[in-house]
Parts: sequence; structure tokens; C-alpha cells
Amino acid sequence: MSENLQEMAIAASRRAMELGATGAECTISEGEEFSVNIRMREVENLKQAGSRGAGIRVLVGNLTGSSRTSDLTAQGIETMVRGALDLARITTPDPHAGLPDPSDLGRFSIDLKLYDDSVAGIETEWKIGQATRAEEVALAADPRITNSEGASFDSYLGSRVFANSLGFTGEYRTSSCGLSVVPVAKQDGSMERDYWSSSARQVSRVESPEEVGRRAAERALRRLNPRKVPTQKVPVIFESRTARNLLGDLFDAVDGGAIYRHASFLAGKLGEKIASETLTIIDDATMPGLFGSSPFDDEGVTSRRTVVIERGVLKSYLLNAYTARKLGLKTTGNASRGLAGAAGVGPGNFYVEAGSRSELDLIAGVRQGFYVTELIGASANTVTGDYSSGAAGLWIENGELAYPVSEITIAGNLKQMLMNVEQIASNLEFRSSIASPALLIGEMTISGQ
Amino acid sequence: MGLSASLFAAKFGITERDLEGYLSEALSAGGDYADLYFEYLSTSSIGIDEGIVKSANESVTLGVGIRVIAGERTGYAYSDDLSPEKIRKAARVAALIAHGPASIVKTGFTQALKHNLYPMVTSPHEASLAERVDLVKRADAAARAYDHRVFQVIANYADSVREVLMASSDGRLSFDRQPMARMGVAALARETDGVPQQGYSGGGGRVRLDFFLNEKTPEHFAKDAARQAIVQLSAVDAPAGESVVVLGPGWPGILLHEAVGHGLEADFNRKGVSAFSGRIGQQVASPLCTVIDDGTIAQFGGGSRRGSLNVDDEGVPTQKNVLIENGVLRGYLQDTLSARLLKSASTGSGRRESYQHIPMPRMTNTYMLAGQSDPEDIIRSVSKGVYCATFGGGQVDITSGNFVFQATESYLIENGKLTRPVKGATLIGNGPEALKYVSMVGHDLKLDEGVGTCGKEGQSVPVGVGIPTVKIDKMTVGGTAA
Repeated sequence: MSENLQEMAIAASRRAMELGATGAECTISEGEEFSVNIRMREVENLKQAGSRGAGIRVLVGNLTGSSRTSDLTAQGIETMVRGALDLARITTPDPHAGLPDPSDLGRFSIDLKLYDDSVAGIETEWKIGQATRAEEVALAADPRITNSEGASFDSYLGSRVFANSLGFTGEYRTSSCGLSVVPVAKQDGSMERDYWSSSARQVSRVESPEEVGRRAAERALRRLNPRKVPTQKVPVIFESRTARNLLGDLFDAVDGGAIYRHASFLAGKLGEKIASETLTIIDDATMPGLFGSSPFDDEGVTSRRTVVIERGVLKSYLLNAYTARKLGLKTTGNASRGLAGAAGVGPGNFYVEAGSRSELDLIAGVRQGFYVTELIGASANTVTGDYSSGAAGLWIENGELAYPVSEITIAGNLKQMLMNVEQIASNLEFRSSIASPALLIGEMTISGQ
Repeated sequence: MGLSASLFAAKFGITERDLEGYLSEALSAGGDYADLYFEYLSTSSIGIDEGIVKSANESVTLGVGIRVIAGERTGYAYSDDLSPEKIRKAARVAALIAHGPASIVKTGFTQALKHNLYPMVTSPHEASLAERVDLVKRADAAARAYDHRVFQVIANYADSVREVLMASSDGRLSFDRQPMARMGVAALARETDGVPQQGYSGGGGRVRLDFFLNEKTPEHFAKDAARQAIVQLSAVDAPAGESVVVLGPGWPGILLHEAVGHGLEADFNRKGVSAFSGRIGQQVASPLCTVIDDGTIAQFGGGSRRGSLNVDDEGVPTQKNVLIENGVLRGYLQDTLSARLLKSASTGSGRRESYQHIPMPRMTNTYMLAGQSDPEDIIRSVSKGVYCATFGGGQVDITSGNFVFQATESYLIENGKLTRPVKGATLIGNGPEALKYVSMVGHDLKLDEGVGTCGKEGQSVPVGVGIPTVKIDKMTVGGTAA
């Protein structure tokens, strides 16, 4: 099957060249998804299906067009290739358009363990059992947990093939599976939900239903009967989950696309100190078994590790071939796209290097402050760095988590927030392609009563 | 139109007998209900950046989704291959949800009545590429010409046609051909060597191409995006804390979408996890507020609003649903599953992103009816507050009821006048409480220009919102200024 997909991708690129393209790149993916949702101990949804798709991007000199289809018959592919060529003719020449430099093409040679047979082997009944158990544990955790939005077990098996007219052909398979639960806690007039989830590329690395259920229940319970605090400026600790969200905003600011357009507050700051010395941020697509890893990026460029911020100094932007060419730099292997279109920039494993102190230590050092467990509608303005987000969490009093807080906002500017990263905890876990330990930011504005 | 005239008969040879056969296969292990959703989606998009038309894309996706419902359980499978063997295989996978003797499929189909909201002969998707590429070039030129401080412009245009065929085991058959077009312009402006600021504007709907030539032109969106970026150049820090907030007409209606709309979707209420659960008949807003969700709104000669549909994604005709009447909660948005379980009727609110997704209750076009007040009187009545003219997105936690939306163009109100523009800020409130503080409603109801996309459980669908000028006596503004 896979051999066929590689041949299909090579043939599509070749066909584009026959029809007048000067360069072509073709991506084909196929995948099988499974999900089961349990709610109040009963199966609610069971979904299972497979799908395939192909996309091509062609260059005709400095013109580019692209096209995508789910029809992988010979006729479907021919229509796709011709469509992309027709589209190229309506674009305008872009002197920077092109495929990557041939010397950048290649693949990371060590097995990245992105696919594990264990995921293909699990039975539907077992998956239903895992979700049922996670919900059961959450519901049994406390009498105040009387309802649930459900628990789910998902799995995915996929394959991605890429070929271009420079002779690069590559393929990799991926697997993933995960468990999550969303309990609802109720007391007096207060109703709150929270979730916990765990996913991995191999079955044995997913947290147990007991762990997932227990943590979800704990999180929902501690939110009950929240207060709305007065408007004030205080230190803020982002727990690991919300710190990851903040790091996602920072990613947008080092994306080469935002840099060449001057649409990032970090444009022109390469080599400058832009953050506290405690902060080192890495992007690494070569870490085995993680969600941000791949042997090559979506343009066929070898994956690698890039130091983005080192002890507060901006060392590198994250780039694909196009943004690198625009900036007179070299690609960092961060090209990312669906099946077609010009590649954007995406993260490998983009993470904050762990500190040495525990999260509890960080909390213990704060007299009055806010521990953020949920961001709602987080909006960072990448252009200016202005940051304002709805938030919920726990109030810190004299070094301890004192009571839940909600319906407030936290605001600041990423430029100052980066300079004000005072402490970094040791709890770095790679739960998605963006990861961060808990972070303590010296001061932010809380809007409340 | 009969099945024989549809794209699915012409291209894939599908007959009513085939549909009955697939539905029988889906109910071969029992179940109360099964349905099929065939989809053929063609899209195209064009983008200009730095004055260069850098991208032109198109796509074709097709497939069928098969659903089996047994009590509260749903089995779902899909196939992107429309050959009879693959469809039957998917039907058998969906059937795994039920355990029992086969259920009987009603023989013969009845076509559901439907609206005719977008009867255009030629959709923008079928217009020439040259005409469409001209739209982004015009937008680029207009944004740059607006002010010399504009230095970056990105303009995008995208359109699609979705052909759908839906058939259910209780004999409902529907077809629809759903066009969509939208354009958006983002502009960056700066003073010489100053900090850049951005503005965004966009719109569209289920409209003909001449909507962009005569009604809302590329220049209209471009000037608005450039104007917003220029306004931001002189913006001061937004206030922090509780404030009087006046929402301008149109897109700020996203407040209704987040504050009440999601909380009234029947699935959340059936499960008792919404802050609005069990509150029908209760006062949840000021008596000045009447909130409607209406999937039948047409616009501009031969087209409709972005959130409108002839039939929902379960084949049920859309309708006008009163959610809140004079502040009293009246009803929920139902799909067929929730309606069946709550012994109610579908409100035509069953929607899905594509054939790969299970339908659920969703909004269409959500808006507040106009009131009596003069918008200028509303602003004059505020001694100190914030006026929000344009928003980015919003989000809600339906269980606690807390919602946010991001103001992207706002002004301070001082002594009854709009004074300085303020930087973007998030506003936060609580759904069942926030609208109780509405103290004035303007007579200037405006619907948004057609940019909204709503996300729920990973599924995106196009929606519309609208609101007149509204005064809210108390809301928390997430700025940084003391």
C-alpha cells in the first residue's frame, strides 16, 4: 500500500513536470481514526473510519499554484495536477518562491519511534473499558461530582508521504492514542468542570484511567465556589498547562512568516536580550516518541534541534525555505502544511528548559499572587506583544494555594512578561508538541471587581 | 429536484434503492434510526501578500458519513470512497453500536420542504479565476492607498460549493447546494520607525460574485482594515476592572453567541452541564433583550447570510428560533437526537463540519432585536466607560457560564463622548448574569459582515451574529491601566 503511495507521489510530481512545471512537491497522507465517548457509564459515540488525501504544489518559474483532492484515482490525480498548474498562471512572480536548497533535503537518520504496533493491536472493548474506568474513578472521587461531560479514548494510525521534483522521497508512519475525562462538580449554586487527558505514541505510555480520573476530579473540585478578586497587580504563576498556551503565543512571534512581515514584536531582535536570563527555549523535532518529532519537515528538509532563546538572548527564528530566503537565513526545518499550499512554519517539540525547583517551591515564594489553571480566549497580539486573557485558577496567599478564582482577566505585554520570568519549575512534561514547566512571572494586571 | 438530477446520481450513479440498501445495512444490528450524509465539496482560495499574488489553491473532497442511533448511543463511520462496497462496509462499522435484530427501513423517501435562500445560477466558485484574483489585487491597492503609514497588506479570498445529499431511515430525503464566499484583509501600519499596529476586516456569505463588485467591495474591506490599524497607532492602554461597556452594532453580537447561544444548545442542557440547564421560563437577561437564532436570513438579491441554510446538516429545514424573549429564557437549539431524547422537535439546528463529523446542535445567525434608544443617546448617557466597535473572537465555558470576547477596536467614553482609542483587551462576564445589566438597547440593529466561524468540540461551522448598540452597566475589562 505504502509503496504505492510513494510511487503515486513521485508520479504526480513527474506528471506536473511533464505538463510544464519547473518544480513540484506532492504530499499524500492516509489515516485511520477511532474514538469512543462514554458518558454516565454508557457508550455515547463510537466512531471509526479511514481516509486518504493528496496535495500538490507546483512552480512554473516564480509562479506557484496548488491543489488537493481526496480522489486518489488516476483521474483524480490528473485533475489535481492540472488544477495546480492552471492556478499558478493567475499568480504573480515571486522572486523568493521555490523548493528548498537541495543540500538541505534529507531525513534524520535515527529511529524516532513515531509509530508503535501496540496502538494498532488494541481491541475496541479495551478502549471502551479504559474510558469507562476513567469516568468511573472521577465520578467516585467525591459526592460533589455528580455529572460528567464524558470520557473518551481516541486512537490514530497514519502515514505521510512526501516527494518532490528534486528527487526527495520520504515516508513515515505515526501512531497515537489517548484518554481523557471531563467531570462536572456541583455544590450549592456553583457548577464547574475541568479535564485531564494523557496521550502518547504507544499504549503503555498513556496514564492509567485511575490517574486520569483522579486528576480530572481534583481539578474540577478545587474550582468550586470561586471568588472574583479585586483589580490589582500581582505575581502570576502559569501552571504547566497554561504555560504551554503562553509558549504557543511566543512561537507565533518567532515564526519567520511574522518576522519578514514585521508582524512580530521580536522582528529585528536576533542576538538581543529579550527575556530573563532564566529562560532558555528549544525547538527540537528529533526527540524520540514525541508528538512534535518527524524525520523531515513538510518540505523534505532534515529535522533538527534549534536553540531559539538561550539564557534570555534570542538566538534563532523558526523558518521554512521561503521565510529563510526572505530573511537571508537558512531554513531551520520547520516547514509545516496540510496536504497542499505553500508551507507555513510549525513547531517541532518547542519547549522551555526545566528549572531546578519544584512547582510547590515556586508557589511557596509568593505572598499574594495568582496561580493560573485555565486561560479562556487567550489573545496575544503578536505584532505589539499586548496580552489579555480570561482566566481561572487559585489565589496564592502566604505561599499557599488558598481559594479558587474565576471571571477575571490577566493582562500585560509579552515583551515585559518575558523579561519578568523570575522562576521556572522543574516539571517539564511533553504532552503535546509545545511544552513548558510552570513559570512565575513577576507582575501582571488582574482585572476583577 | 429528484435524486436522478443530483450530482450524486450523475457522478456516482446513486439511486434511491441504493440509499435504502445502505440504510438497511446500517440498521442490520438494530437501532432506532440511521442516516446518510453525502458531501462533495470544492473550494478555492487566492492570497496576496507584499503586493504579490503568492498563493492560489483549490481542493476537492468527497465522502459519505453514516450514523446509527440506538437510544442515546451513536455509531458513526465514513468513507471517502463512494463505491457501493466501501459504503456498505462503513454502514456495517456504524452498525456496531447496536446489538440486536435488524430494524426496518421505511421504503420510499419523501423530500423535506426546504427554503430557497441562495438560488444563484452561478456561484462565485464557478466564476473565472481572473475575476476573482482581481478582488485581492484591488484590496491590496486600496489598503495601501488609504494612508502612507500602511506598510503591509495581506488579502485573501476564498469560496466553495458544497453539494449534499441526506437520507434517513424514517424516509427523509434532502439535497442542497451550498455556495459560500468570503474575503478578508489584514493591514499593518506604523509611524516612521514606530511600533506597528494591525487592523482586520472581512466579510461575505452565500452570495454571488457581484456582492463583492457592488455591495461590499474589496475597497470597503481594505479601507476598514487600514483605518483600524491607523486608529491603533494612537491607542492608549485599556482600563482594568469593572466598567460600563457600550457595544457598537454588528459583529459585537458575538457577545450573544458566547454569553447565551452556546449555553442554549440542547446537548449541553440534556446532559445538565450548561449554566442555563433547567432555566426555561426564568429571567436570564434584562427585559430589553430578545435574542433570536435564525437560519433563514437572506441578503443582497439572490443570496443569504453566512450562517443561513436551506436545510440543516440532518436535512431538516432551518427556522427562526426565539432563545430569549424580553429577558425570559424560551427555548433550546435542538438537533434530531436531542429532540428525540427530550421529546421535542428539531429546531433545524443539527450541523456538522463535514461528512467526517457527527452532527450536533449549533447556532446559525444569532442576534438581538432592536430596541427604542437612539445610539447617540446611549453614548451620551455614559460618564465613564468603554465603547467597543470591533471584536476579534470569543470563547465560553458553558458549565460555569464564564465567557470572553476580545475587543480589537474600542474607545474610552468620557462625559458622554468617545475620546481616545484603547488597545485591544479581553472582556469577561458570566452568561446567565451579564445580560441582566443591559440598560439600553439601540434602534440600530446590524448584522455582521459575514466573517464568523464557530468552533465546538473540534468542529468548525460558519455562523452570523448581530446586535444593535447596547449599554451594559457592568462588565470586566481586561486592560492594564489603573
